[in-house]
Amino acid sequence: MSLSEPIPGSTIRAVHDDFHGDLLEVSMGPHHPSTHGVFRMIVTLDGEVVVKLKPVFGYLHRNHEKLAENNAYLASIPYTDRLDYLCSLTNNWAYVHAVEKLSGIEVPERAEYLRVILGELTRLINHCCLVGFLLNDLGTSFTPLLYSLRERERMLDMIEALTGSRMMCNFMRFGGLRTDVSSEWLAQLKTYLDTTFARYLDEQDALLTGNEILLARTQGVGVLKSDLAINAGITGPMLRASGINYDIRKVDKYSIYDRFDFRVPLGDHSDTYDRYMMRMLEMHESVKIIQQAIKDIPEGPFIDPKAKNRGLRPKAGEAYARIEGPKGEIGFHLISDGTGNPYRYRVRPPSLINLTVLEDMCLGQTLADTVIILGSVDIVLGEVDR
Amino acid sequence: MYPDLEQIRARILQFIPAAQVTIVNNTGAAEQHSLLLDNAHARTIAAFLRDDADLRLDYCSNVTGVDWLDKEVTETKKVAEQQADGTEKVVEQKTKRIEPGYLEAVYHLYSIEKKSPAAIVIRLRTANRTDNVTVPSLTPVWRSCELQEREVFDLYGIVFENHPDLRRLLMWDEFKDHPMRKDYVSPDDYEWEPTPHDEVLTRAMQHYPQEEASRGDTEGAEK
Repeated sequence: MSLSEPIPGSTIRAVHDDFHGDLLEVSMGPHHPSTHGVFRMIVTLDGEVVVKLKPVFGYLHRNHEKLAENNAYLASIPYTDRLDYLCSLTNNWAYVHAVEKLSGIEVPERAEYLRVILGELTRLINHCCLVGFLLNDLGTSFTPLLYSLRERERMLDMIEALTGSRMMCNFMRFGGLRTDVSSEWLAQLKTYLDTTFARYLDEQDALLTGNEILLARTQGVGVLKSDLAINAGITGPMLRASGINYDIRKVDKYSIYDRFDFRVPLGDHSDTYDRYMMRMLEMHESVKIIQQAIKDIPEGPFIDPKAKNRGLRPKAGEAYARIEGPKGEIGFHLISDGTGNPYRYRVRPPSLINLTVLEDMCLGQTLADTVIILGSVDIVLGEVDR
Repeated sequence: MYPDLEQIRARILQFIPAAQVTIVNNTGAAEQHSLLLDNAHARTIAAFLRDDADLRLDYCSNVTGVDWLDKEVTETKKVAEQQADGTEKVVEQKTKRIEPGYLEAVYHLYSIEKKSPAAIVIRLRTANRTDNVTVPSLTPVWRSCELQEREVFDLYGIVFENHPDLRRLLMWDEFKDHPMRKDYVSPDDYEWEPTPHDEVLTRAMQHYPQEEASRGDTEGAEK
């Protein structure tokens, strides 16, 4: 598209006369706090309005996939923690899920329940962070973020008590988990969610959801049409904010998600505000799932004792497995040639693919809006660049 | 009930009779079999898969690049051989041949409208690994392939024909090689040393054998 043409469906004037001056090219990032890491956008501006936006990737590229191809299957589990370092447990889960599919390993009942509890806890941590950082992107310097980070730290303390590490958990194993979870820990989690976390959600709702400034800055900003969202492979809360009812927990019914009663929130206006609301509502649903899982969790082994972890050599073949991560569909495509290392190890990164439509959402918006639109996509550069 | 791979293949051939579609069996426990498409019709087939009322594969989830190296295959054949004393004897004859390698792009498709239960996997293959590495781009059919095909182009060197914006995604533009290929040699000078020693020197000798020989001792490299 030529820059002198008006953008179809927008009110921006075309730049073709002498009175309006030149276009301005701004390089946002890679060293800019609003880009959530080392991410760069080359934004072309007409006045304050975005007419073109090109994302630049690769500043955090370390060829994760190649490293995993040179490692044994087991040795890659801690490395998946470093993909999306806010949700290491769901990354672990997606990877072990793929390896279990590749080599036909069964997972015991109790381990499935614990995986669901930890996966949903990770979703809470991620959405908590996102809501905080989104508000930070709006310019509410740090106050809402601190409320979120306070709760996140409490949840991370619990994860640390369980796995030994706040963020790099390395907790899932093929056929189960690394250790069992005590009933005291589960009781503590239940009490926390019933009291402190419930209060945090109400507090956040009262403080922000109806807040005039938040409404003014996010409603109608960064609209993503539903047909484009499907075609561009957008997944997770972003897809559902565009009104598409597609949640892999409901569609694939992987693990034991068919046993829980929860709803899938859907957006109506496909804008940044809906994307914010998706996260708030999903937190309520995740709390519901965890409470049901804690109530129903059976006794039993936490890992299949026959499942081979060390020296695993799956039969030659391939498998693609996906789960509903907090940011969208996180999948692993593994090809085995019968040896101890995967022949091909591919991560399907939801953060990267959700950025496909960044330009489409930002066109016609102001430069300040690109920051919150990017914030509402929810990216972690460890996963975008791998 | 969502159609299985055989039915999808039959349906493609019914509407696009000239197409060549082969089912590639997956020997692993997951049993995710796939469809190999011919490059000439891949774009038409992809658009058909997306738009067909029974299939509606409107969501392309994942694009994987794979590098398959040249493979040496040994075949044993029984042949009758004339012996020196005039009798015939059946002996086993071993023939070796090189099966040429290729690059492959694997697409995982789902249907959001029909809520398809499992991924439909399609594969495109290049003619070889060196000078004929083109496959048609499926970005015009599914936008989700845009960044992923750029990544495959960057790391594997598959050239996607008719991709709207085929540039390197993760490596920098001046970078020459394709680091995910199986025969890629990683550089020995991540941190350049004027006088390499120990394992760095060994790596340098392997990497630049001619240069090292022509340099002689004058460089001051420890030998």
